[in-house]
Amino acid sequence: MKYVFIIAGVLLIALTIAAGLIWVERRLLSVWQDRLGPNRVGPFGLGQVVADTIKLFFKEDWVPPFSDRPVFVLAPGILMVTILLTFAVIPFGPNFYVYDSNIGILFFLGNSSLGVYSIVLGGWASNNKYSLIGAMRASAQMLTYEVFMGLSLMGVVMMADSFSFCKIVEAQKGGWFFIPQFIGFIVFFIAGIAETHRLPFDIPEAEGELIAGYHSEYSGMKFGMFFVGEYLGVTLISALIATLFFGGWLGPSFLPPVFWFLFKTFFFIGVFILLRASLPRPRYDQLMELGWKVLLPLALLNLLVTGAILIFMK
Amino acid sequence: MISILRSMWLIFLHVFHKTETVEYPEVKPYLAPRYRGRIVLTRDAEKKERCVACYLCAAACPVDCISLQATEDKDGRRYPEFFRINFSRCIFCGFCEEACPTYAIQLIPDFEMAEYDRQNMVYEKEHLLISGEGKYPGYDFYKNAGVDMGVKGKGEGDNEEKPVDVKELLP
Repeated sequence: MKYVFIIAGVLLIALTIAAGLIWVERRLLSVWQDRLGPNRVGPFGLGQVVADTIKLFFKEDWVPPFSDRPVFVLAPGILMVTILLTFAVIPFGPNFYVYDSNIGILFFLGNSSLGVYSIVLGGWASNNKYSLIGAMRASAQMLTYEVFMGLSLMGVVMMADSFSFCKIVEAQKGGWFFIPQFIGFIVFFIAGIAETHRLPFDIPEAEGELIAGYHSEYSGMKFGMFFVGEYLGVTLISALIATLFFGGWLGPSFLPPVFWFLFKTFFFIGVFILLRASLPRPRYDQLMELGWKVLLPLALLNLLVTGAILIFMK
Repeated sequence: MISILRSMWLIFLHVFHKTETVEYPEVKPYLAPRYRGRIVLTRDAEKKERCVACYLCAAACPVDCISLQATEDKDGRRYPEFFRINFSRCIFCGFCEEACPTYAIQLIPDFEMAEYDRQNMVYEKEHLLISGEGKYPGYDFYKNAGVDMGVKGKGEGDNEEKPVDVKELLP
């Protein structure tokens, strides 16, 4: 019974944060652009989330007649499923997790790789040149950034001596990993932005070039799934940064551990939105160059140095 | 790299900036006295209509939104029988105000004229006429100009000089 409550709690937290981020992002962006943002619907405009959701549900759910229908319908679901599954292995608190997998990080990496299928299939099934270009860009970008996303985490795994998120959090009781693993943190953060294709790495859906990229043809709640999937991805990457590099639920004991976890997560969500507010989109070749020529060697170097120091200290 | 962090920091500093947004229905924006908004027809100090139905406003209007019909009262003075402005066409350019020789037609700082029914955007004379004098208090066209119709003698106006006796050349 307790198990059901935890699953419901994790789902509730993840989906509420993801939906609420629509409002948070718009309000934060407007703060940074000297505006007010949505503040009309309900207190502080919080009802905007509900209004947007109702609007999405009542929109015509149009499937283009030229599309590959089953794949078209399936694609947005894949994104949601892969991201929501990853939340299962993240510890929200000392006893607040769905499943403490001993291969938690591998589970996350595998799921995020599967998430690419959603975008590629969505772009392919749309049968639209912009969607296809977006999907191609997304697959190339994810492929590039997946490589050193995994490598950048290996330093953490070596230091904690485990793939399990709970053990990694407990290993940080002596000191958070972002100090010894600073390069790993930076590389993982950049890879995380590219993985969720958020600005400035929103090249798969660059609206100036590709209309909306892979989800040009989507409408109604199918578009909503891509939309919420993106925010879920932001939440997931922020939660992972908090867990892997900033001690997860560890923190001074005057507040409950779940609060510390959520506080750190929200801090990184804020950084994600600040990045969107301040940085322009790079060109496609610049993105690839940064990935292969700078970040991959950095991640490898970090791996090498961390390994050498760990062996030396033993 | 430094420039990226610098721009992020500069954007973050906007948290402490004042917002530009004016929350309109609650906070009204300041409109300059010469703002070109809703069009009104004004009256002179004796509460008589200033409009002399000269058609200059209708001629000046670039979108032909003004229509009127001139008529005369018992003194032989012209006034509009009807005066109609279609505000769904009006572009608030203020040409009518510039063309008006009697300061009758004026644009005022008010723009809140939204309607649900397009027909309600057509303002008749009773909607346009206000009881005040608008931007030029005390001005009366007939005291400054106008031909002798038995109301005001020749040269008896405020800014008028007595007519020159053309037979008399002495200064």
